[in-house]
Amino acid sequence: MTDISTSDGAPRKGSLLQQDARTQKRNAAERRFQIYGIIAVSVAVLALIFLLSSIVRNGIGAFSQTFITLDVVLAEDKLDKTGNRDRDEMAKVSTFGYSPLIKAAIEDRIAAEGIEIEGLSKPADLISKQAAADLRDFVLANTDRVGDTVEFKFLASGRIDGYYKGRVTMASAELDRNISPEQLMLADALMEAGALERTFNWDFITAPDASENRPEASGLGVAILGSFYMMIVVLFLALPIGVAASIYLEEFAPKNRLTDLIEVNISNLAAVPSIVFGILGLAIFINFAGLPQSAPIVGGLVLTLMTLPTIIIATRASLKSVPPSIREAALGVGASKMQTVFHHVLPLAAPGILTGTIIGLAQALGETAPLLLIGMVAFVREYPAAPPEGFFDPASALPVQIYNWTTRSDPAFVERASGAIIVLLLFLLMMNLVAIILRRRFERRW
Amino acid sequence: MLNAKLTVSTVAIFAVSATAAAARDQVQVAGSSTVLPYASIVAEAFGENFDFPTPVVESGGSSAGLKRFCEGVGENTLDIANASRKIREGEVAACADAGVTDIIEVRIGYDGIVFASQINGPAFTAFTEDQWYMALAEQVYMDGELKANPFTMWNEIDPSLPATDIQAFIPGTKHGTREVFEEKVLLVGCEASGAMEGMMSAGLDEDAAEDACMSVRTDGRSVDIDGDYTETLARIDANSNGVGVFGLAFYENNTDKLKVATMSGVAPSTETISTGEYPVSRPLYFYIKAAHIGVIPGLKEFAQFFVADEIAGPDGPLAEYGLVSDPVLADTQMMIEAEETMGSGS
Repeated sequence: MTDISTSDGAPRKGSLLQQDARTQKRNAAERRFQIYGIIAVSVAVLALIFLLSSIVRNGIGAFSQTFITLDVVLAEDKLDKTGNRDRDEMAKVSTFGYSPLIKAAIEDRIAAEGIEIEGLSKPADLISKQAAADLRDFVLANTDRVGDTVEFKFLASGRIDGYYKGRVTMASAELDRNISPEQLMLADALMEAGALERTFNWDFITAPDASENRPEASGLGVAILGSFYMMIVVLFLALPIGVAASIYLEEFAPKNRLTDLIEVNISNLAAVPSIVFGILGLAIFINFAGLPQSAPIVGGLVLTLMTLPTIIIATRASLKSVPPSIREAALGVGASKMQTVFHHVLPLAAPGILTGTIIGLAQALGETAPLLLIGMVAFVREYPAAPPEGFFDPASALPVQIYNWTTRSDPAFVERASGAIIVLLLFLLMMNLVAIILRRRFERRW
Repeated sequence: MLNAKLTVSTVAIFAVSATAAAARDQVQVAGSSTVLPYASIVAEAFGENFDFPTPVVESGGSSAGLKRFCEGVGENTLDIANASRKIREGEVAACADAGVTDIIEVRIGYDGIVFASQINGPAFTAFTEDQWYMALAEQVYMDGELKANPFTMWNEIDPSLPATDIQAFIPGTKHGTREVFEEKVLLVGCEASGAMEGMMSAGLDEDAAEDACMSVRTDGRSVDIDGDYTETLARIDANSNGVGVFGLAFYENNTDKLKVATMSGVAPSTETISTGEYPVSRPLYFYIKAAHIGVIPGLKEFAQFFVADEIAGPDGPLAEYGLVSDPVLADTQMMIEAEETMGSGS
């Protein structure tokens, strides 16, 4: 304690290997700090593990689905009363007219398998309501098959599917108005007979959204397309505008009050809540410019505004990190200012720019709030057309679809929402991975 | 330079394609989140059965939907607004100011509001309106004066109720359901318990007394849920003493988790609501912009399909989801057929 304050050059007492009290105190402080750090990291890791495991546990079921295979008799007297196979005339039979065929098909199957369950009612409830629509589409596309018996693989209803995923139990079915324990027994019997099977569900990725009566049929197709279109718009607008703005500000613009003001504003813009961009988008793009509602073009424009500051800041940082010696060397051998920038500075800054762009895109991909106001939080079943017309068609977006599904009453949508989160996370992971790879491969250090 | 050129050309391309964008060919619908599931079921079936594209259905609440509906006439405006309440006079006036003069009002059916709690929780099986008023009012009228609500347990209000803390989850003020809850439960309960009469004899005028009846306590025993019923369900799941306010359709899809209570002795069901026995129900509407019929393809067909017997009738998919079908659906069908606007007919 006192040996330093005396500071008269008195020789240190005791062994050098023995730490004195002050050193011990310093070392203890360092160890404590390390422990704090480890605690902080492990809290973060635990939170992440908890989040991911709960999402995966809830959502992994969305990627598989229970299907039921049935032989359906396409009865002529029901589907084509006149018998002349005129498509327009047959289109008058609505999906409600197809339900009896499906009902007959499952009853036939039950009889053929010799399944007898006491108290069983409405066996057709095992099949998704989507089935009638699938059947109608098939018949209208193949009018010549009317009268035949065709094998179909229908979706099983959401409750039956939930039974095999552990969401529905015999006890809960007892209380559930939409399913009875007898129907579950029938499902088990059909499973044994091989009519029911659970397979990977591509439709979850490709199919459009479905209404609340048929959660089993809903998919992410429209949402993925909509998100993809928006990302295209953002990439093709935000990258050139952002890069051009940063090059000008960084390399050409005089340093004065005006550019300082712009600089401060860009930094501020990056911190503006995203919903503000939605309000702006509604006022400018929809009400003033007259662009359509719920369209990816408007979503893309709004997200472009949101992403621009991120890209500009990243681009300026990577332009700044190119050493002045490169510029001076280029100018020294007679290059013009512009040649210097485009031939030497920009290529060297490109990896940083791309990384910033991809991170900005990933941020835009996960954004919901601004889309709320421009009508993209909607039930959309039609796929948007191919670009460029498709940019103006209504579409949904991935984060919006997640939000939509979490608000629905059927418990099956909880699983769908978690499944959609997994898909969104995979996309984000992929984008970040690309950013890391680009940086690793092309980054130059001086 | 390359970048600058690219920017200019992309902007140009977008400008050109923006003007070239063809007329909208799908119906745009927005509004009440209560009507949303019904509208999406109908939209889906409409897309399957007709050659028109599937309508786009947005949520956002009755008031927000009607506000957007009233923005004007034209392709960038809504064709149909869903509402869980009747359009207000102020909204009709706002519509008229923006040039939306011809509105067709369509009643699709009725929705019940039910009171439910955890299936294994305390035995909340029967309520009356005045019990809810006493449990939730900010001030109750007792012994000739208004005083801050003293009740903390249900059995203090009525010994037949379970001896648990009062913890209610009711819809937030942005929901149309809240309005129905206030008018059909709190106000009715206030009148039934004699509190309203007491307040008026104590010198309050009618409006002030009604306001006092409908103001909800803010000490945390009543929680406003601004989200959807899924949020209310999550709260009930986490709180076994909680009682929540749900739509009948939501309850019917979650009968394995919730148990419902009767109101004044009547159990909520599509039958008791359609006969009017169950007291807490409300009509659901959608509003069509008549000026868009014939301009937006499929608009009239969609409206007709919505109220067709096979959809909105007692055996249709809407009733299956929880809608109480309208006994006078045929009148509504005729009204749409004739494109009868508000004010012109009835």
